[in-house]
Parts: sequence; C-alpha cells; structure tokens
Amino acid sequence: MRTRILLGLAILALLLGPLAPAGSAQTPGSKEAFIPLLVYRTGPYAPSGIPIANGFVDYFSLLNERDGGINGIKVAWEECETQYDTKQGVECYERLKGKSALLVNPYSTGITYQLIPKAPVDKVVVFSMGYGMSAASDGRWFPWVFNFPTNYWSQASAVIRYIGTQEGGLEKLKGKKIAHIFHNSPYGKEANPTLEELSKKYQFELTLLAVDHPGQEQKSTWLQVRRLNPDWIFMSGWGVMNQVAVKEAAAIGFKMDHFIGNWWSANDSDVVPAGDGAKGYKGATFHAPGTAFKVHSEIVKHVYDKSKGAGKKEEMGTPLYNRGVVNAMLSAEAIRTALAKYGNKQAPTSEQVRWGFENLNLTDKRLDELGMKGFTHPIKVSCEDHEGSGPVLIQQWDGKKWNLVADWVPPMKDIVRPKIEAAAVEEGKKLGYTPRDCAKEK
Amino acid sequence: MIYREAGQFKTSYAADQAIFPIVQDRVLVTLGILVAFLVPPLVADEYWLQAVLIPLVIYALAALGLNLLTGYAGQLSLGTGGFMAVGAYAAFKLTTSFPALNILVVFVLAGLMAAVVGIVFGIPSLRIKGFYLAVATLAAQFFLIWLFNKVPWFVNYAASGTITAPPRTVFGVMVTGPLATAPVRYVVALGLLAVFALVAKNLVRGRVGRSWMAIRDRDIAAEIIGVRPLRTKLLAFAVSSFYCGVAGAEFVFLYLGSAETLAFDITLSFLVLFMIIIGGLGSILGSFLGAAFIVLVPIFLTNAPHHVGLVMPVALQKQIELMVFGALIIFFLIVEPHGLARLWQITKEKLRLWPFPH
Repeated sequence: MRTRILLGLAILALLLGPLAPAGSAQTPGSKEAFIPLLVYRTGPYAPSGIPIANGFVDYFSLLNERDGGINGIKVAWEECETQYDTKQGVECYERLKGKSALLVNPYSTGITYQLIPKAPVDKVVVFSMGYGMSAASDGRWFPWVFNFPTNYWSQASAVIRYIGTQEGGLEKLKGKKIAHIFHNSPYGKEANPTLEELSKKYQFELTLLAVDHPGQEQKSTWLQVRRLNPDWIFMSGWGVMNQVAVKEAAAIGFKMDHFIGNWWSANDSDVVPAGDGAKGYKGATFHAPGTAFKVHSEIVKHVYDKSKGAGKKEEMGTPLYNRGVVNAMLSAEAIRTALAKYGNKQAPTSEQVRWGFENLNLTDKRLDELGMKGFTHPIKVSCEDHEGSGPVLIQQWDGKKWNLVADWVPPMKDIVRPKIEAAAVEEGKKLGYTPRDCAKEK
Repeated sequence: MIYREAGQFKTSYAADQAIFPIVQDRVLVTLGILVAFLVPPLVADEYWLQAVLIPLVIYALAALGLNLLTGYAGQLSLGTGGFMAVGAYAAFKLTTSFPALNILVVFVLAGLMAAVVGIVFGIPSLRIKGFYLAVATLAAQFFLIWLFNKVPWFVNYAASGTITAPPRTVFGVMVTGPLATAPVRYVVALGLLAVFALVAKNLVRGRVGRSWMAIRDRDIAAEIIGVRPLRTKLLAFAVSSFYCGVAGAEFVFLYLGSAETLAFDITLSFLVLFMIIIGGLGSILGSFLGAAFIVLVPIFLTNAPHHVGLVMPVALQKQIELMVFGALIIFFLIVEPHGLARLWQITKEKLRLWPFPH
C-alpha cells in the first residue's frame, strides 16, 4: 500500500516535471550569446513566418560557421513556435528569457505590445524591426525598444511621397483618391493617423477600408473599391489577406501598378496565387529582393553546402527571407557594437546589448564588409531616435520575381517625428514612465 | 479506510448542510486552498506564474461562469469571449476615467457591466433553445468584438486599438501594470477565484441553482412547479456573464497587460466551452479540472520532448502536440463522457470502500 502511494507520487512528479521549462539558465560570462527566436512555422500565418525564420537561422549559422560567432562569441538560439498567437508568444518569451536572453524579435505586433512593458523590467531588448508600436521610436520614453530602420508611419509617408513623384509632384496629389486597405488589428491601424494627416496636408481624398482577421472574405471591401474607383491603393495586410486582396484587385481589373502593399504585404506567397493578374503589383521594402548579394553566396557556401540550411536553397531571396537576414544582421551588429565597447572576452549582458543597439552606426563601408552593399541602407541609431527614419524602396512583381523600381524614397521626417514624440508621451504615460534625459547618456 | 465518514455524526441542520459535510473533504480542500495561496508565490518562478498559473486561475473563473449557464441552467452559449471582452473593455474605461477607484472594485463593476450585456443577449433564450440558442449567442460574440474594434471610444482613441492595463495599487501594493510582480497578480486572481467559487457553490446549492437545474432538465415541468423561466434564464445569463466579465478584466489586467480584440475572438469562446465539457458540465470542480486540462496539457506536451532529450524541429513538435492533445480529449471523452469531475467522483466512491471492495 505504501509502495503504491510512493509509486503514484513518483509518477505525479514525472508528469509535473516537464511543465517546467527545460534547460538551466546560462551563467553570466558564458561564451555564447543567446537569442530566443519566436517563430511561426505552423498555423494560418506560416507562409509568412517560415521564410523569416529561415533567414534568421541561416544568417546566425553563417556567423557561427564562417567567423566562429560574433567576435568569437558563438550565437546560440532556440526557436519557439507561437503560431502568431499572442498568448503562446508570451509563454515562449517567459520560457526563453530565463536563459539570459539578450534580445527578442517578436515578429507580431500583438506580441510586441505585450513585451514592451516587460522589456525594462526583465532587461531584455525588444527589437521590432519595422513593426510594433511606432511611438516606441522615441528612445527617451522607450529605452528598451527599437524599431529601426524605419517604422509604419515613416513608411506611409514615403509611400505617399512615391505616389506624389509618380503623379508628377506632391502638389498634384490634390483631389486624388487614395484608399488604405488594412488588417483590422493594431498592426493594420498603425498607418492610419499618419495617412490622415498627410491627406489633410496634400488634400488627397483618403478612404480607410478595414478587413477583419483573417481576411479570407473581402468581397464587400472590393465592392467599395469598385464604387470608389481610387487612383491609388495602399495596403497593410498580412498572411492570407494579402493574396486574397491581390486576387480581388486583379479580378476587378484594378491597375496593379497603382496598388502598393506595405513591407508585410509584398512577398512571393502574396502574389503567386493571383498568377498573371498580379503582374505590376508593388510593395514597399527596406532591403533589396533576390540573391544577387555577396551575403547570399556566403550563406550558400558556408551553410547550405554543409547541409546546415534551415530551408531549401531555392527559397532564398524572397523578400521575407531577406528580411530575416537583415534582422539577424542588425541584431548581430548591435551585439558587436556592445562587444567593441565592453571588451569581447565573454557574452555581453543585456544592458550592454541595449547600449549596442542605441549606439549602432551601420555605415556603407560596414555593409560592404558584410557583403550587403546595396542590399539595405546605412543606419545610425541614437538615444532619442530608435527608428532612424530609414528610407524605403519600392519593388514591383513582374510575374516571376520582384524588381526594384525606385531609388531610396526618404520618409517625411518633419511630419512623422513630431507625431512620434506626441504619441510617445501618450503611450509612455499610460505605462507610468518618465522620459530620460538623453544629454546625460554617454 | 482513510476516506470514510463512519463515526461522523451531524447534530444540527447547519452541519448537515455544510458544503463539505465530510471531515476528510474539509481537510483536503482547506489544505488545497492553503497550498494554492502559499506555495506558488514563494516557490514558483516567473515562468510558472506568468505562463501557467495565472492563465489557469483566470480560465478557471471563466469556465466557472460558463458552467453556471451551460452546465447548470442548460443554456448553450458561444458568447463567452464576447462577454469577457465586455468585462475587459469596461474595466479599462472605468479605471482610465476614474483612476482613484480601487482596481478590485473596478473588476466587480466591469463584471456588472458584462452582466447587463449578458441579460440583453440572453433575451432570445426565452424563445429558442439548444443549438439555435448557441447560434444566437454566437451573434453576441461577433457583434461585441466588432463593436470594440469599430468604436474608438472604447480604447480611448488609441491609434493602435489596443487597451493597456495602467499601473494600479491596492493597499500600496502594485497589482496591475508592468511593475506588478507575478506573485501579486497570482494571489489577486486566486483570491477573486476563491471568493467567486464559494459564491457559485452556494448559488447552485440553493433555490437559484435548483431552479436553474429544473429549467435545464425540463423547462415545461419547471414552469408547472412554479419556476419562472424569464427570471431564471436571465438570472443565469446575468450571473454567468458577470463571472466571464470579471475573468475578462483579469485576463487583460492581471495576465496579458495589454490586449486587442483578437484576444477575445471566437477561439476563446470555444476554449472555455471545451474546458467545461472536458471538466464536467454542471460541476464546480469540473470547471477547475477542465481549465487545468486545457491550460496544462499543451504546455506539458511542448516541454516534454526537451526533458527526455528529444530535439526536433518546432513545427513538427507543434503538430505532434496538436495531434496528441486532440487524441487525449477524445480519449477522456470516451472513457468518461461526463467529464473529469465524474472521474473524480468515481475515484471517491472507490476510496470509500478501499481497501475492502465488495
């Protein structure tokens, strides 16, 4: 009888054991820099999530294989499946942060909003590259959050500037009809306030059309588009919504070269289902598409030829894969900046990495050394500015691949920055923050 | 031998009507509550509290609420997510409009708001039943989520449409907001759950619960013996929505910290419904067991391969996890269609005879 009870208790202990996260916490001063990767390789957003995750892993593998890590410190990472779901993302974050995570790339606006309040408490850098909360671009209020090279508001202003040049000058926008089709979520709504302000300034007619999650059903939206007959459409979509929208646009015969997606709405998986109808569709981006860069041949040489690639070699070079590469590179360069300041004997602490992010100065020369010249734009981050107001590229789908059709389009910093500062005050006060004085920072 | 009431004599009506008439049960439950309150805040690390225990406690409250409506009063509802959203948004509006108001009072007021909304959406239950009622409550789910997404007033005109829990203290201790520690949030959530579970237990033992069960079992017969369907059904909707509303407010304020409407979408309603079906319809204990099953098993399955040293790609692991989870649900429903609570009841009956079964 007693043995039975003991046996029962033993089984109970065995069953409860795995509830705790596996792996012991790393000791400070370890030789590895640990980066948790929140990925979504399954679920409705997997077509977007897989190339991003592969780009990340391939670039980190390249660093480890070719250089032995960042300045001799190996990059360690662990993937955690979030299915793009906020609750699962938080579970992943809580599980992995204990392994002395240096930074986290949430890859979901919902998860980013969850992690922003935790960042200063847990001392983990939140690097939401080109997504998340635009207001967090003001580093005085949000020291632990970075969203360079550019954010949604800058992107929206750059797209309007591009549309202006296509029309023959920003003043020609007057009276034009521009529609913004957006995913009805915090992510999709981000660009709206900026677009509204720009529509006042340049006097174009803005129509906001929301598409509810997940975006399979858009008939009513496109009926409105037909009735409205806009001159240009800008879209903030994600996942299956994008391909449905591109198909619908092709079906109603909308001029595809007047249809511009934001940088989450212009991947191969968004246009291929629409076939020839998608030809001419444009998308914003902050890095070039394709595999014509030295970094890609290095990845092939050091990672895929050793069969350590995360995906298939043919799938390299899609916009989202390249975004994963850029994101991994920026993370690694920030860690390198921190190592350069604090000495490179051991893995940096997350405070040091935060300093590295804030003082990141990625020059053209450095990009050249990384094999990324022309791939993405130089960037300089500062204490006040965690966004960098990076310029935007416009790419166009020709039926087979994406081609760049415009040179770097600068955002309208004079309009966006005051809005960011105002929003940062509002968002920061909600969380009970006080701004820091950047003049006192070293 | 251990679990036997022989020799326990009840000498008063009060003793006979106690929630746990048997001493062993009383001891076990008291110990359980003490352990739940004392051990995790002292022992558990942040992962355990934040990712496992806090959601567990909050889901248990929501499941309790739905169980009162579906399990006891027999009104099938798919609007749980919507009612939880009402609680969350009401709490957000209240605490941002009246920052001085105690956050616990805000939770209760938010629950009352949800109760009002629940009554409105419960009116169709007087005419329609079963699956048709489920569809009617589904309308509540979609309408409420659409409303919170559409009207910027609910989110204080935040451009992103998210609501964020502002920092609030109770007796000088930070309870919500980014600086509130996980143990504090856990204890607050557990305290609310304990109080509301006690209330629920007494509700279902009394006249109200009996009239709910009468309506559930046969509404015409119930009407004949003097149970008024209008009041009884609407009361069930009100109480259930109150519980769901409080759970929704806790969901944002004590667990997520900030949320968008997507957090309250239809999958949440199904999740809570699964909890009570697996845990046991018409059982307070079943709500807890079901919530524990739905919250703990996926986390167990995610972490288990690491513990035995098995490393596999995350996508494969997730798919295996979903398959095993689905198989487990089917297994438990086949073994005991009346839920985990019934399994526990059978165990108790066996324990009474043990070690000398007939």
